[in-house]
Amino acid sequence: MQIDLRTVSITPLRQTFNHIADRLGGDKAASRYIEATMDVQANANFHYRPTWDPDHMIFDPARTAIKMKDWYAFKDPRQFYYGAYTIARAKMQETAEADFEFVESRGLAANFNAAAKKTALEFYLPLRHVAWGANMNGASMCAYGYGTAITQPCLYNGMDQLGIAQYITRLGFTLGEPSDLDAAKKAWMTAPQWQELRRLVEDMLVVKDWFELFVAQNVVLDGLLFPLAYQHVDNALQTQGGPVVSMLTRFQSEWFAESSKWVDACLKVGAGETAENKALMSEWTKKWRDRAVKALAPLATQALGAQGDSVMAELTDQFNARCNKAGLAV
Amino acid sequence: MSNVFIAFQKNEETRSIIEAILADNPNATVDDQPGMVRIDAPNTMTIKRETVEEVMGRRFNLQELHINLITLTGHIDETDDEFTLSWKH
Amino acid sequence: MDMKVAKKLGLKERYNLMTRDLDWEPSYQAKEAIYPFLEYEGIKIHDWSKFEDPFRLTMDAYWKYQAEKERKLYAILDAFNQSNGHLGVTDARYINNLKLFLTGVTPLEYMAHRGFAHVGRQLAGAGPRVACLMQSLDEIRHAQTQIHSMSNYNKYYNGFQNWRHQHDRVWYLSVPKSFFDDAVTSGPFEFMVAIGFAFEYVLTNLLFVPFISGAAYNGDMGAMAFGFSAQSDESRHMTLGLEMIKFLLEQDPANVPIVQRWLDKWFWRGYRVLTLVAMMQDYMLPKRVMSWKEAWEIYAEQNGGALFADLARYGIKPPAGWVQACKDKDHLSHQAWAVFYNYGAAAPFHTWTPSAEEMDWLSSKYPDTFDKYYRPRYEHWAEQAKEGNRFYNGTLPMLCTTCQIPMFFTEPDDPTKICYRESDYKGDKYHFCSDGCKDIFDHEPEKYIQSWLPVHQIYQGNCFGPDADPTSPDFNPLMEVLKWYKLEFGQDNLDYEGSPDKKNFEAWRAQATKN
Repeated sequence: MQIDLRTVSITPLRQTFNHIADRLGGDKAASRYIEATMDVQANANFHYRPTWDPDHMIFDPARTAIKMKDWYAFKDPRQFYYGAYTIARAKMQETAEADFEFVESRGLAANFNAAAKKTALEFYLPLRHVAWGANMNGASMCAYGYGTAITQPCLYNGMDQLGIAQYITRLGFTLGEPSDLDAAKKAWMTAPQWQELRRLVEDMLVVKDWFELFVAQNVVLDGLLFPLAYQHVDNALQTQGGPVVSMLTRFQSEWFAESSKWVDACLKVGAGETAENKALMSEWTKKWRDRAVKALAPLATQALGAQGDSVMAELTDQFNARCNKAGLAV
Repeated sequence: MSNVFIAFQKNEETRSIIEAILADNPNATVDDQPGMVRIDAPNTMTIKRETVEEVMGRRFNLQELHINLITLTGHIDETDDEFTLSWKH
Repeated sequence: MDMKVAKKLGLKERYNLMTRDLDWEPSYQAKEAIYPFLEYEGIKIHDWSKFEDPFRLTMDAYWKYQAEKERKLYAILDAFNQSNGHLGVTDARYINNLKLFLTGVTPLEYMAHRGFAHVGRQLAGAGPRVACLMQSLDEIRHAQTQIHSMSNYNKYYNGFQNWRHQHDRVWYLSVPKSFFDDAVTSGPFEFMVAIGFAFEYVLTNLLFVPFISGAAYNGDMGAMAFGFSAQSDESRHMTLGLEMIKFLLEQDPANVPIVQRWLDKWFWRGYRVLTLVAMMQDYMLPKRVMSWKEAWEIYAEQNGGALFADLARYGIKPPAGWVQACKDKDHLSHQAWAVFYNYGAAAPFHTWTPSAEEMDWLSSKYPDTFDKYYRPRYEHWAEQAKEGNRFYNGTLPMLCTTCQIPMFFTEPDDPTKICYRESDYKGDKYHFCSDGCKDIFDHEPEKYIQSWLPVHQIYQGNCFGPDADPTSPDFNPLMEVLKWYKLEFGQDNLDYEGSPDKKNFEAWRAQATKN
């Protein structure tokens, strides 16, 4: 049966805003992502220079050594604008919430293998401070970066890291006691095996070139830490005590898989722009990679014992392969 | 003494919240506007989780207030059970 | 559900462990290297932990509630667009409010997003950092939901299509733009007082509540939905602003005079920007909610008054311009609309003279001033227009160096005399619309001599396209500037009467309501 829907049919004067039509090469209907992203940042006739950075304009491409003809080339393959982003995260948090509730309501933590629990608490809990540093770095990239296409997902990523720090905190409560968080913070501050990592994180907090920070944080540290923590250590714990920790860290492993798609897309675009960009990004990657590998090695050993070194070697190979595939030379 | 106020979007959920506020704050007054309801009270106003839950007939987390909140004034004190606006110190 | 930790922990303790406890005292890098901008404004902070977190949302709760808001909002927008909801507004004059909003306010939401990312990185306290970053996230939401809700209007009406280009160039849009540029170029504490407190707490209700109620009165479900939805985040922002100011005042008595100066400055800067809102409320809404004067009395005098009464215990006085602003409420909107009516050829939205019925409404709302000072002007212009002498001002106005509004405001106690103030600085003369704007300049001349003043820029030849030829005999500077603005003459500007918008709206509505 045909239903006759009586509405007024009127011809639009135009399909989208003129700056979007220029981007699309004609007046075509544009996605919500595109309309909410392209050219949204002001780029002309700023009134005053920042009193906190008088050498630059409010938004200034010269805050990084990377050069782009068009900063809006850094599109997000996930097409995240705020609505799409929060709805995607709300789904993930619903799953995480169900997992935490399941573990809590069935008393799975109490029955979890004691040795595995100790390893998990000692390994994961200090990582909430690493995520906190990553949150600050995400804010930096968003604040000092250029062009909404890349600054927007930098903030989303930074806020995801805050969420991760909070999920790790909750893992601490679910699996252990509030005193375990105190012990983890103490280890973070003083235990020798954590100091290289803490030094790395603190050094990242003073990096001035926001694109270098993008490489150091989103490409290098996350690129090595997440597979170590949420694949290798998680697998080891699963063998030892079942999937409890996997359930409590599912957000992180799903998030890393998703976020990496965006990070790789940025690497491709940035390195593909010029040979100079490629050289610089590769150099940054190597510099921070060598430090990150050194910082993570004692932690891999702490959690994985004798396997630690070979896992780190494997992770480094995989990391290099990923970077080279994305257009770097590392 | 100054007034505190809070305003919500007008819908089924806030109908219950407003009813609860009026039950717990006898001095509160309601101003009905298009799409929006504003409640004023002298000096202080408290929203109690339990009362909202009774009116709604379901569990209610006070942080759900955010979904329909439009504006408010005064200092905020929020616990799991109560959300209070006041000009007290 | 928010992060549910062991039941014995209350909301505050839980939140504390989920945020502040994540922070640590750095030892490999100096604190000053990590937070380099905290000293130069002279603000003294002794104990960051004394900052009270306004709302205690963890990220999972944030995502959950915000996603719910977004789903609701976009469902309404989709329904509104699918059913040609724009044809249900009172009349198409209303849509000009939205043009002013998208070109003037939406870009500021975006600036707030970037500004709060900066401050959310730079404050040394974990509590305010998290609150600022959530606000940064909210602000990009506001920019984007506004773009999305006006995207459909852009398909059917003129004046939206070049919002990005115009915000950075058009004369009156430099008023809101310079306001936010001023805030983000200030130090992090001044930014918090400027935007977090003076704008979000003292003034934002004046922008949103009456204006968005105005959308509701005029049948615009789309704008009403984004407005109310944005406003729910504003409650968090206002509270952050209030907590921040209390925190600064309590940390050190030496902060009080610094904060007082910022309050004086930012109240006045914000109030000047709201000139545009005043005229929207009194002249641009076909169906009015309340007059600017009434809104001012409720949201500034009553609400702001309660706040300043509360802050008196710290030694804070109401802002310096407060008394004048309260006097101006009888004049502001009438003077502003008169100027836009004059310059109706140079703005990408339409103007009109109020109808007889609308003038009666204005008389009733402004019994002391409208009939005496303003009605005769509007009646005269209407008459002239009827006789084919519609007056469009083709010259360029002098702008105030600080707020960048044309110099049309009158002396506080004489509504028949334009207010002029000036200062000399390094051999140049600078002009101001008011004592408030002059004081702001005199305190930071090095900042305000940088102002990108649209009229100066036009006279300096910086506002013509590359193909403009000033030596050609038929060179028309005004038309060249409008071209550079990407303003379509006869389509985006001039009177509402006779505009394509009016013709289209009437034809489409006839189609929708008749067989």
